[in-house]
Amino acid sequence: MTRKKRRLILIAACGSVLALAVGLILFAMSGSIVFFKSPSEIEAQAIPSGTRLRLGGLVQDGSLKRGPDQTIDFAVTDHGATIAVQYKGLLPDLFREGQGVVAEGVLEPGNRFRADTVLAKHDESYMPREVADALKKQGRWQEGGPQGGPQGQAPAASASAGGTLGPRSER
Amino acid sequence: MIVETGHFALALALALSLVQTAMPIWAARSGDPTLRQATFQAALGAFACVLFAFAALTWAHVTSDFSVQNVVENSHTQKPLIYKISGVWGNHEGSMLLWVLILTLFGACVAAARNSVPPRLRANTLGVQGLVSFVFLLFIITTSNPFTRVVPAPLEGRDLNPLLQDPGLAIHPPLLYLGYVGFSISFAFAAAALIEGRIDAVWARAVRPWTLSAWCFLTLGIAMGSYWAYYELGWGGWWFWDPVENASLMPWIAGTALLHSTVVMEKRDALKVWTVLLAILTFSLSLVGTFIVRSGVLTSVHSFATDPTRGVFILGILVLFIGGSLALFAWRAPLLRQGGLFAPISREGSLVLNNLFLVAACATVFVGTLYPLLLEMLTGDKITVGPPFFNSTFVPLAIPLLLIVPFGQALAWKRGDLHAATQRLFFALALALAAGLTVLAFHSGGPWMAPVGIGLGAYLIIGSVLEIVGRARGYGARRTRAAGEIARRAIGLPRSAWGTAFAHAGVGVVVIGIAAQGWAGEGLASLNPGGTLTVGPYVATLDSVAPRKGPNYEEAGAFLTIRNREGDEIGKVETGRRFYPSRQMTVTESGLLTIGASQVYASLGEVGKDGAIGLRLYYKPLVLLIWLGAVVMALGGGLSLTDRRMRVGAPAKAKGRALPASAVPAE
Repeated sequence: MTRKKRRLILIAACGSVLALAVGLILFAMSGSIVFFKSPSEIEAQAIPSGTRLRLGGLVQDGSLKRGPDQTIDFAVTDHGATIAVQYKGLLPDLFREGQGVVAEGVLEPGNRFRADTVLAKHDESYMPREVADALKKQGRWQEGGPQGGPQGQAPAASASAGGTLGPRSER
Repeated sequence: MIVETGHFALALALALSLVQTAMPIWAARSGDPTLRQATFQAALGAFACVLFAFAALTWAHVTSDFSVQNVVENSHTQKPLIYKISGVWGNHEGSMLLWVLILTLFGACVAAARNSVPPRLRANTLGVQGLVSFVFLLFIITTSNPFTRVVPAPLEGRDLNPLLQDPGLAIHPPLLYLGYVGFSISFAFAAAALIEGRIDAVWARAVRPWTLSAWCFLTLGIAMGSYWAYYELGWGGWWFWDPVENASLMPWIAGTALLHSTVVMEKRDALKVWTVLLAILTFSLSLVGTFIVRSGVLTSVHSFATDPTRGVFILGILVLFIGGSLALFAWRAPLLRQGGLFAPISREGSLVLNNLFLVAACATVFVGTLYPLLLEMLTGDKITVGPPFFNSTFVPLAIPLLLIVPFGQALAWKRGDLHAATQRLFFALALALAAGLTVLAFHSGGPWMAPVGIGLGAYLIIGSVLEIVGRARGYGARRTRAAGEIARRAIGLPRSAWGTAFAHAGVGVVVIGIAAQGWAGEGLASLNPGGTLTVGPYVATLDSVAPRKGPNYEEAGAFLTIRNREGDEIGKVETGRRFYPSRQMTVTESGLLTIGASQVYASLGEVGKDGAIGLRLYYKPLVLLIWLGAVVMALGGGLSLTDRRMRVGAPAKAKGRALPASAVPAE
């Protein structure tokens, strides 16, 4: 086998693996990414039902209702709009009314949200980042306010802990 | 007083690491090789200083010295001693100190390992490493000083985040950092080679033990972290594809590729430039990982906003080292003598393929991890790239990679014979297919990937066994059938051969463990005492719910009895919710019952006013294999490390296997 031919084979192998990787990434990007929306954004934008989303905001005070078999209803608000959420499963340890929460699930007709994952913060002084940003947009967040000061509170050890949001519950 | 001395020791270490960097340059300038000796002394001194600083911080934590900010924020007098110690690295400042401690530890090891490496290469390596220590020490002293005092000192500390009060935390970060930071040595060796403009098999042999030991620790560290997340976060997942995990996975994949390409370089004097680039990329990914975890860019953009110095400083370190080393690479790599090309069907050819797939897989993880950050910066859109993305990119790249593992082993160096290799592997392929089909026949319910994974794992394990048996039996004229002779030869095989076999078989074990999760089951219910919940082949009965009190928490515990479907008792499980008053925080303690390599996993939810509890139960078949496999992999790496060639740093004489350093290229 000539030197030229060997080099060609090497380049062809590199090219095809690279092409495969790029193809897979593009394919996966089109189908499996999930957007984060606040309740106001869901109200304002006509998002087709059946879309998979992450919904973030505060758990509305007094909205938590426990049904039979661990069915849980609550509402997520950003003080601009409110979305009703239904979830079946165990809530994360730090889930509380009036606190920040991120729910992942599917939007149903009538802007109801069926969550299959609920994430709360992992530390009392930490607010999910997306929620903080969304509230800021609504002018409900004060920099350095009582809920602020999240820095340095990441679970330090954490190179592979729960990551962005610590404990979670999943259906 | 001890605290101030610790602070002073850090400053001294900063100065010493500067000496460590400057001396090799001075030695090269003045042509006086004795100056290099100072580099070695400085590296040892820097390690001693950082060790002292670390001990001082540990002392402050153990004695609950609440005049130190770091102790106030992360400790509590009631906390058990082990968590007082592990709490030292359970926070930003302390974990950065641990990072630097391990960095200087590796530097000291290189300085102390006198026999193997040419002194000039060793001094230059330590010089580059000293620069890394210097910059990170500067980072600690200027932005993350663990020795800051508080006036007036509070009476009680705020306690460590309860999630981190776990034996897993005591072991996981040190292991992980030994891996992460260990790659800094490979990086420093690569940079030294570029500076010298010279690279050869001696270099490959010098760098390989360091890469290998770092890789072993990283493997264990990732496995430990995964197990910790599995039982501590309370929802039974073992890998979340979350950015913080990916941050440790990326250097691991790149390090695996580096390990394999170094072998090619050592044996065949090829892939030199590529190996140097991989060494740079591996440590760069470690730095990116540190940035992702430590800068707070993920947890909260506010950490950037409220304390921009930290994030910006680490970003600066990233730019300095990644940009600097890549620039050095672009400038000096063309000077390196290229190795030869080689036949595509050969051991080295398959190792190139291994590298291609590993790097491609690493790239998909990289894109999936950083794309959301980039997109948010550019457009403001917030997206999540979750498990579906990684499952449809990483997995398709991993499968062909795993398929070629035994093939590469079966091919000879220089010129392999694909047909003969296939014949040798025929047995493994047939058995693996049989294993997959058998599993399918008994458990037809699960996803189609699960039996495929079982077959793949079996194929890897059988392939490794065949490799050892084949080599012990010998080929051609040396072939023997006598069992005693085979056993004798098998024991006489180089340790690295055994290490390779173990590591590859370990991958197979992990794959089987992952595949078996296709048959995992889960159940959710509100239970009153006496109630039952069925999951997989097991039935759990709630015996009682009772409160308990721990040293720094109160707990509601649920006690369960697990029986099989026939009603025979298998064991008992308890799970609880702990309330930590000092942090006003509740943490679920999951309960695990190990049955063989499988587990039943119980997680307690809210305890209602009527005494009913929310209970989630998982059945995790063969789940322990995931972590045991990783341990087997690390064991294989450790076995390779004890190989004579690694220690002596010279080709083995008697066996005639290793090619001499001046190995001729294939053409």
